[in-house]
Order: sequence, then structure tokens, then C-alpha cells
Amino acid sequence: MPAGTGELVGNAIGPLLQGLILGTIPLTAISFVLGIVLALLLALMRLSGVRALAVTARTYVSLVRGTPLLVQLFIIFYGLPSLGLTIDPFPSAVIAFTLNVGGYASEVVRAAILAVPRGQWEAASTVGMGYTTTLRRVVLPQATRVAVPPLSNTLISLVKDTSLASTILVTELLRKAQELAAPTYEFFTLYTVAAGYYWVVCLVLSFSQTRLERRFDRYVAA
Amino acid sequence: MSPDPAGAPLLSVRGLHKSFGTNHVLRGVDLDVQPGSVTVLIGPSGSGKTTVLRALNALEVPESGVVRVGEVTVDYATRPDARRLARLRAQSGMVFQGHHLFPHMSVLRNVTAGPELVQKRPRAEVEAEARVLLAQVGLTDKADQHPFELSGGQQQRVGIARALAIKPRLMLFDEPTSSLDPELVGEVLQVLKQLASEGWTMVVVTHEIRFAQQVADQVLFLDGGVVLESGPPGHVLAHPRHERTQQFLRRILDPL
Repeated sequence: MPAGTGELVGNAIGPLLQGLILGTIPLTAISFVLGIVLALLLALMRLSGVRALAVTARTYVSLVRGTPLLVQLFIIFYGLPSLGLTIDPFPSAVIAFTLNVGGYASEVVRAAILAVPRGQWEAASTVGMGYTTTLRRVVLPQATRVAVPPLSNTLISLVKDTSLASTILVTELLRKAQELAAPTYEFFTLYTVAAGYYWVVCLVLSFSQTRLERRFDRYVAA
Repeated sequence: MSPDPAGAPLLSVRGLHKSFGTNHVLRGVDLDVQPGSVTVLIGPSGSGKTTVLRALNALEVPESGVVRVGEVTVDYATRPDARRLARLRAQSGMVFQGHHLFPHMSVLRNVTAGPELVQKRPRAEVEAEARVLLAQVGLTDKADQHPFELSGGQQQRVGIARALAIKPRLMLFDEPTSSLDPELVGEVLQVLKQLASEGWTMVVVTHEIRFAQQVADQVLFLDGGVVLESGPPGHVLAHPRHERTQQFLRRILDPL
């Protein structure tokens, strides 16, 4: 090997950081935000008391949780073109991860909403609030507190799951590492640096989770 | 404040029936409440008194029965829609046994929530009113605190201010002192007495017999989902006719 390990790591840090910032992070952020919106919708469908909506949401969650994420990615990216629908790698990945996060997080959101005491809904209705206002002003702010730890889990899993997007040609962190490793055969070094990046991101997220939990616990007696 | 027997009642209830599964908790309850009067509902647990109160603002939806508050009438047998129930609900302020304050809002925001978020009135105006209400319940200095920082009695008084803030015509109290430590009961009953003396029309579910004796214009004793006995406290509480009422009062006044 002409290059020393130190030099190799030094050469990899920049391009891998690019993969992280331009690939992994936006992919995670967009999919997570959209996924949470979908999750809220699914949770409200299940809680609506309308049978058709509840069954639809349950079936959806069952499909998402019962099939591998990698297969879902392949169906969207490699499968849909044969139905005449071709989607670029990045949006394909966003769609797959959004649908996946939506399915998993909907159970978290549903449980968090159910954790808000019935009395809160009742009190809100006695001061005149309707469904939407109650949800927005009374229930969701309290449900969020309950949902932060499990949703942090979902987010941290998602950061790592985005590496699957490398299989559909999205230039994210792992794919960058693959591209750099291919000509040099320095798989160990490059994949280890990539792993280090994932770890750092997850550390930052764990730290933020703790801060966020403390913030939400402000209004609850110890 | 003796209600005028000839005047139209502010609240009138006819033939309330309600079941929870096979449990028929209300079996035809009638009730009239004159404006400016205090009605106290008493009765053993499971007698249906809380269910009656909750039917007055549609927190509980009975199978049949008519509730009228002022000009708003709801006939439960016709399966009224949510809008109609909301109109009925807007007529009354509700104070819960477990206060149900919004924990993430300051005391002031709890009180302004209804007028500001629902009635969409300007914040400054609503806040000024809320501060007056907080002064009325003796909590002027707690406006910026959060519910968890208050004692049970203070929380309940915020609950009263929150209910008053929507400017209801009728105030409903569901066992407002039952979950309080004994030494905190007095401060809440004081506020109720004060509201009564200001002429508020009130319906109170309570086990505080002395409060009923002092403040109530009429007392209803419920048992098995019907009003077994009703009248002024001097009759129902001092000289109950029914065996069941006598038994109940004995057990409450002298538990040993």
C-alpha cells in the first residue's frame, strides 16, 4: 500500500463528511419529518372510531412492519419502473423511509395520545374547544412529552437505516465509503470511518433527546 | 336568595335515562333550577348524581331525556349532533373533581384558554378579565405559575376561574372537594359560597352536607338512578322522609 493509514483516513474524512451532510442528514431529516406527519395521520385514523379508517391504518402498519425495509426500497426503486413509474434514487429513498417511519411511529404517537388523560379532553370541551383545537393546544403538547423517548429511538434507527439507500445508488455516507474503498481496497479503514460518523450523529441525537426530555418535564411535578 | 317559584327555571331536565352497558344508571331524572339558586345533588356512590351533572353539559350523552339551559334545548332521544351539544356545553362552566387543569399552560393561560383560543377574543382583554377572576378566587399572585406548583385547593380554585372565564350562565361542580386534603376543603367551599352569594346559578354534586345546609336552595337525594327526595335543605337534610335518605345521611354524618 502506497498510502499510510493516517493519510488514508485524512483523505477520506472530507468526502465522507460530504456524503453525511449532503446525503445521510437530509435523507434522515426529510423522511423523519414527513414520517411523523404520516404517523400522526395514521394514529388519528386508528383513534377516530370510524371503522373503515381504523382498519385502513391497521392494515398499513401491518404491511410496513411485516416487510423488510430493504424490500420496500427495492419495490419503489427497482419495481415501480416496470409499472411505468420511474423515480430518482433520492426521492425513492425519501418515499420508502417516510412510509416506514410513518408505520412505526404511528404506534408511538397513538400510545402517546392515549397516555393523555381523558379528563384533558373533557376539560378542553367544557371551555369550548373542538377536536382540532383540543388536539393542537391540549393533547399533542402533552403527548409529545411521552413520545420523545420512543421517537428518538425511531430517529436514531432511521439515521442508520438510511445506509440501505446505498443499494439504490443514493450518494449517502455508506455509498461514499464504498466508492472511495473500491479503487484502494481499504475497506476496513473507510467503513470504520463511516461507522464513526454514524456514531457521532447518534451521540448528538441522544444528547438532544436528554435536553428535550428535560425541557418537557418542566411542568410536571418531580 | 329564594327562587321565585313562578319564574321560568334557568335549567330544566326531563326524563333522563342513561345506561352503561347493562347498568341502567339513570332511570328518569327530572330537575328544575331557578336562576340564581344553588342546587346540591347528594346520594350514595353509583346513585347517578355525577352522571346527571355530566349530562347537563353533554360530557355524558344519555339515551333519552331533555335538557334545557336558557334558550338552548337538547333532546337526547333525537341523537343531537356535535354542534348542538357544543351549544349546550357553552351554557355552563364545569369544575371537575380532579381539576383537569392543562399542565403545560400557566395558571393565567389555563384561565384564558377558552376565551382566547375558542372565542378568539383579543388577548389583552381576556387577560385582564382572567386576572380579575384569579383575584376573585384569591390567586392573584399565582398567574404565572404552573398547575404543578400549586396546592390541591389552589388548583381547584384555578379550575373554578377557568370555568367562569367562558362566561357561562350556569356553574356545575362535580365533587369539587372530594380529592382534596381535609384542610384544603374550606378554601374551595369558601369560593363556592362567595359565588352563590354573587347570584351564580349552581349545581353542585358533593358530600359536604354542612355546605348544602348553609348554601343550597334545594337538595336532591338520588338513589338508584332516580330522585328519591328533593326540596329545601331544611326538609331533605334535616327531616328526610325516606328511609334511604335517612340511612345515607346517618352514614355520612356519623361514619362510625
